[in-house]
Amino acid sequence: MPRGKTDPKDSARIVLANCGAIDPESLDAAVAAGAYEGLRKVIAERIPPQAVVDEVTRSGLRGRGGAGFPTGKKWSLTAPGAVKYLVCNADEGEPGTFKDRLILEGDPHELVEGMILAGYAIGAREGFVYIRGEYTRSIERMTRAIDQARAAGFLGERILGSDFAFDVVVKRGAGAYVCGDETALIESIEGKRGFPRLKPPYPGQVGLWGHPTVVNNVETLANVPAIVRRGAAWFRSFGTPASPGTKVFLILGDVERPGAIEAEMGTPLRTIVEEYGGGVRGGRRFKGALIGGAAGAFVSEKQIDVAMDFDTPKAQAGAVLGSGSVLVLDEDASVPKLLDEVLEFFEHESCGQCTPCRAGTAQLVRILRRALTSERRGEDLDRLVALAQAMRDTSLCPLGQSPILPIESALRHFRDEFLTCAVPVGRL
Amino acid sequence: MEREEVAVRHVMERYPATRTNLLEILHEIQRAEPRHYLSEASLQAVAEYLRMPLAEVMDAASFYSMYSLTPRGRHVVRVCVSPPCRLFGGEALLKALKERLGVEVGQTTADGAFTLETSSCLGACGNAPALMIDGELFDDVTDAKAAEIIYRVRREDATR
Ligand SMILES: Cc1cc2nc3c(=O)[nH]c(=O)nc-3n(C[C@H](O)[C@H](O)[C@H](O)COP(=O)(O)O)c2cc1C
Ligand code: FES
Repeated sequence: MPRGKTDPKDSARIVLANCGAIDPESLDAAVAAGAYEGLRKVIAERIPPQAVVDEVTRSGLRGRGGAGFPTGKKWSLTAPGAVKYLVCNADEGEPGTFKDRLILEGDPHELVEGMILAGYAIGAREGFVYIRGEYTRSIERMTRAIDQARAAGFLGERILGSDFAFDVVVKRGAGAYVCGDETALIESIEGKRGFPRLKPPYPGQVGLWGHPTVVNNVETLANVPAIVRRGAAWFRSFGTPASPGTKVFLILGDVERPGAIEAEMGTPLRTIVEEYGGGVRGGRRFKGALIGGAAGAFVSEKQIDVAMDFDTPKAQAGAVLGSGSVLVLDEDASVPKLLDEVLEFFEHESCGQCTPCRAGTAQLVRILRRALTSERRGEDLDRLVALAQAMRDTSLCPLGQSPILPIESALRHFRDEFLTCAVPVGRL
Repeated sequence: MEREEVAVRHVMERYPATRTNLLEILHEIQRAEPRHYLSEASLQAVAEYLRMPLAEVMDAASFYSMYSLTPRGRHVVRVCVSPPCRLFGGEALLKALKERLGVEVGQTTADGAFTLETSSCLGACGNAPALMIDGELFDDVTDAKAAEIIYRVRREDATR
């Protein structure tokens, strides 16, 4: 678990409440801390599945995988069918993001319970948790937690003596960022290479092996037990009306105390950087930040008071909350250098299925490097934006549609730096 | 050769012969194989076991970065080269490791001990830079710490 975590008292805790506080390998410890109380309540009080969906809808929970789609709505929109699947997306590949790892390693039973409740709500008998292959410890801890839950009667046939049956299987990824995309992830579970599918149809209609499938992020599902146990109104006492609850933020880069913090949705960026992150390292000036990972956007010092929820960054700063990663840059950091790294990341991770993304991501790297050594930087930079826009409009999946965000935001806030920076970027 | 085939069969038979287990089977075969790679013979065996065309097994095996189709060292070192790590020490770390091991990315040391590779974000960027050796994660990796880890692995090998 990353060190340097800020004081838990400083923040609102739902999903990370037990992380670091209990032995994650002990079912007893988890149960003593409240695990499976939501499930017990649903079974004991014979709460029907639709009522669980309604409670989650009322809570206003939105997907923590990046896009913020309302979870209750996603569950409601699932097509009827005799066979349905629940998939937990634990592929966490967005650079600068390790929130799901904290949950998988620190409180796996919270996620197992969240999956059981989601499975119950949508009418699935089987769930899969797709964990990226690099997360060795997460895979071990989840596997153990699932086995413990099954032995205790929380998973399997006749859960807690009821007619409800549900089980969870761990699936390991094998190193492909694109498999974080829900349709590529489904292909991967089916034992294929991770090429995204064309949408529509959405997984809720045609998903795993053609059956209606709900795909939710780890952090999303980890919120569900508390919502079921304590109710939608309680959940709404955190965060903002449009983005209720908390968010795990990852604070990294030029800060005094890098780490993870769970804070209310709508917490100002300034609080995240200055209080939770301990401020810019060495008391230097805050130059800006890359928010949401490689598929995120840059903000400048002018936006340091932006409220970090699903909608405000977009409305006020042309940015996104994304995964919740906040990469802080001090006055000496080079935005062109960071953008170069970001574009290189996309080139490497493009799956190669569609031409605009495959050829485009390679071209972006080349155009930026040429721009920074060229006589006519301005024109080359405009070309960079034009190409990224064309990719947004023509790529098959959101990966190829992503580079426009960091490119456009970097140039909007730091164009002068791109026009004047002395050192051309390049790799080893 | 014979023994290898038995080992592959042994790994596969722990999983039902359905395609959804393909990635898991490939992971486990690669782990059991002393050179940590997927040989053509292994892929052929997997194709037969899962009753899939070999081309489709190859297709998946070549797509994912954690699989190798060529023999590797006894240990695989994967240095994170995603943006946060690169900017906060990862670039220097990769350079230092290349020099220390005397190899470029993708190559194996002459004694067959280490293959140097790169990886995308390992989820340790709060403590960049990060690297992984055989599935074990290390963060805050200075050049000195990298040297220590390499030394430790070599020593463990020697006493085995
Ligand atoms: C290239 C790419 C990578 C993605 N990576 C992840 C990821 O690592 N984890 C995740 O939960 N969602 C990821 N997503 C979003 C998923 O497609 C999907 O929207 C999400 O899992 C839905 O869960 P939610 O509704 O709970 O947010 C990614 C999307 C794309 C296009
Ligand atoms: S960027 Fe290296 S671990 Fe995240």
